[in-house]
Amino acid sequence: MKVELRNVTKAFPSRNKKSGEEVIAVNDCNFTIPDGKLIGLLGPSGCGKSTTLYMICGLQKPTKGQIFFGEDDVTGLAPENRGVGLVFQNYALYPHLTVKQNILFPLQNLKGEDKLSKEEMLKRAYETAKLVQIDELMDRKPSELSGGQQQRVAIARALVKMPRVLLLDEPLSNLDARLRLQTREEIRRIQRETKITTVFVTHDQDEAMSISDFIVVMKAGVVQQIGKPQAVYDDPDNLFVAKFLGTPPINVFNGAVKGGKVYIGEEAVLSVNGVNDGEVYVGIRPEGFILDENGPLGCKLINVEVMGRDVSVVSSNAASLNPTIRSIINADAGVDHDAETVRFSVKPHKLFLFDKESEKRIRFEVK
Amino acid sequence: MVESKQKWKAWLYLAPAIVLLLVFTVWPIINTVRMAFLEGYSGLKVAGGESFAFGVGNFVKVIKYQKFLSCLKNTVLLCVLTVPISSLLALLVAVFLNSIKWLQKPLQTIFFLPYVTNSIAIGMVFAAMFNIVGSFYGTENEIIVTAGIINNIIEFFGGKAVNWINYGSSYAANITVMVIYIVWNALPFKILILLGGLQSINKQYYDAAKVDGTSRRRIFARITVPLLSPMLAYVVITGFIGGFKEYTSIIGIFGEAMGPADAAGRLNTMVGFIYDALSTNNQGRASAAALILFGIILAVTLINLQVSKKRVHY
Repeated sequence: MKVELRNVTKAFPSRNKKSGEEVIAVNDCNFTIPDGKLIGLLGPSGCGKSTTLYMICGLQKPTKGQIFFGEDDVTGLAPENRGVGLVFQNYALYPHLTVKQNILFPLQNLKGEDKLSKEEMLKRAYETAKLVQIDELMDRKPSELSGGQQQRVAIARALVKMPRVLLLDEPLSNLDARLRLQTREEIRRIQRETKITTVFVTHDQDEAMSISDFIVVMKAGVVQQIGKPQAVYDDPDNLFVAKFLGTPPINVFNGAVKGGKVYIGEEAVLSVNGVNDGEVYVGIRPEGFILDENGPLGCKLINVEVMGRDVSVVSSNAASLNPTIRSIINADAGVDHDAETVRFSVKPHKLFLFDKESEKRIRFEVK
Repeated sequence: MVESKQKWKAWLYLAPAIVLLLVFTVWPIINTVRMAFLEGYSGLKVAGGESFAFGVGNFVKVIKYQKFLSCLKNTVLLCVLTVPISSLLALLVAVFLNSIKWLQKPLQTIFFLPYVTNSIAIGMVFAAMFNIVGSFYGTENEIIVTAGIINNIIEFFGGKAVNWINYGSSYAANITVMVIYIVWNALPFKILILLGGLQSINKQYYDAAKVDGTSRRRIFARITVPLLSPMLAYVVITGFIGGFKEYTSIIGIFGEAMGPADAAGRLNTMVGFIYDALSTNNQGRASAAALILFGIILAVTLINLQVSKKRVHY
């Protein structure tokens, strides 16, 4: 099922009655989720991603705008009539019911034509349980399960009524690091097998990049960029997106463009075409540095962290916005751990320019 | 060295509380048991310097006592009637209050008033509400000269005034008044507990149920009640314990006579029985009755706990 948001805005009344100002959680949000894809809604906390999810679900009504499932306008529909399955951040499994009863619960609500016989319900429940691999835990209570198992039960409960859209709110945030890796692959597998359009919310860019078909990056209620994870990473629209994606994060410098040359401090690191002279932010991905004795960018070496295949060179530069610059260099390059300074040249496609005022990307051609 | 000094200090700080507890709680309990088993123990005989045989004579006396059975019947009847009614009503009111956010604050205060009001005072107000003032000796037409507000309401709707608590009133009418009063008086505490329980239920369970299209009735029966079951069990168990100690409510409505003028003592309860025995200097009998009451409450509570073990979730 294709999901489309058109000019969706959500404003909450202000807590402080005196000022009477509304809090805009989501501002004029537009995007389309193609049928059968896995979408990651990504952003720092408070950016409106959960609100967006709840509006797709129907638990919250948009203040303005419309939401479409396929060709149907579902803006005014209650959640139960939308055909959505929702997995809560803390799973919200009914603690007094067994796993089986939890999974059966949505089926037992069906009325009229959709009503199922007891055998059909059990069959569906067991099929779904098998899909998420919890069919051996059916008689346990949620409190007797591990976090990962509870997560699966929650997914099974959301899937059992065969929703048109599956929504996951921070599905991995309550799991430990190892389980998180495992579960995110699991979510990917379940989504591929069921082919249900799935939207999940996360603040962890790693998580979103690794399993999503598309990511939607949000900040302060405004969608910043939509696209395939690699495309967004390689071609960020603004400084926020560039900073938010990627570990280690991008290195940002105060810089300037003068006469077709990009300067960091006094050092011209790249020759470019099509950029007006002026002050800019220069962003360089950690993997965009090349260790080069004659390179244009000189930095004070602080530390070299060995990671095996690569080394992480930590250095500093007066023009850098961050206290340290982190660059990922192939270990074969032979970094001198005791040197006072390191010199880099830069891979042009890993260097981005941003406007100082608007922080928007300034695109350029490499000379 | 330091540790032993610390311990000594700890006991010193605890001493005031421990001394008071020993004198006013622990010793009286021990003494009650002692007196209950000293046959024929009474204040008068102690003054006379008599010694007593050890045995169950006091218990036999209590059980054989005509008034005891009537007191036991009243107590059990009031318990069995009021605890389920008040618990159920409290649940409904709590759910209602919880669902209407803007009414919560003002209504919470109103519902809580009975809890902070003296029960004798409430009893007097109830007595006035159910009262009939006038002559009861004449023909039927003469009976009602002025009626309490309840009879006024009944008559307004075309009903016939009922003699609730006055001379010549029936036992059923008396019990009805008591049940209404006790239920009303018991509501606020139960509502408070249940409301607290309701508010601690994670809202996400309701969101999850909503997404799954669960009907209101099913949400109530399958989610609210099970998740509230520990609170419900608490309310019922403490309700029974309080119910078996019913006494002031009867004084509040009927005064010390513990019944209508023509049937004094008809509504007396177990605690009333104990007080009566004390006021006639029969400490032995009072202690035995107190132990019997303790035994009954213990048994009922154990049954309650056993039942709730199966019914209370997690």
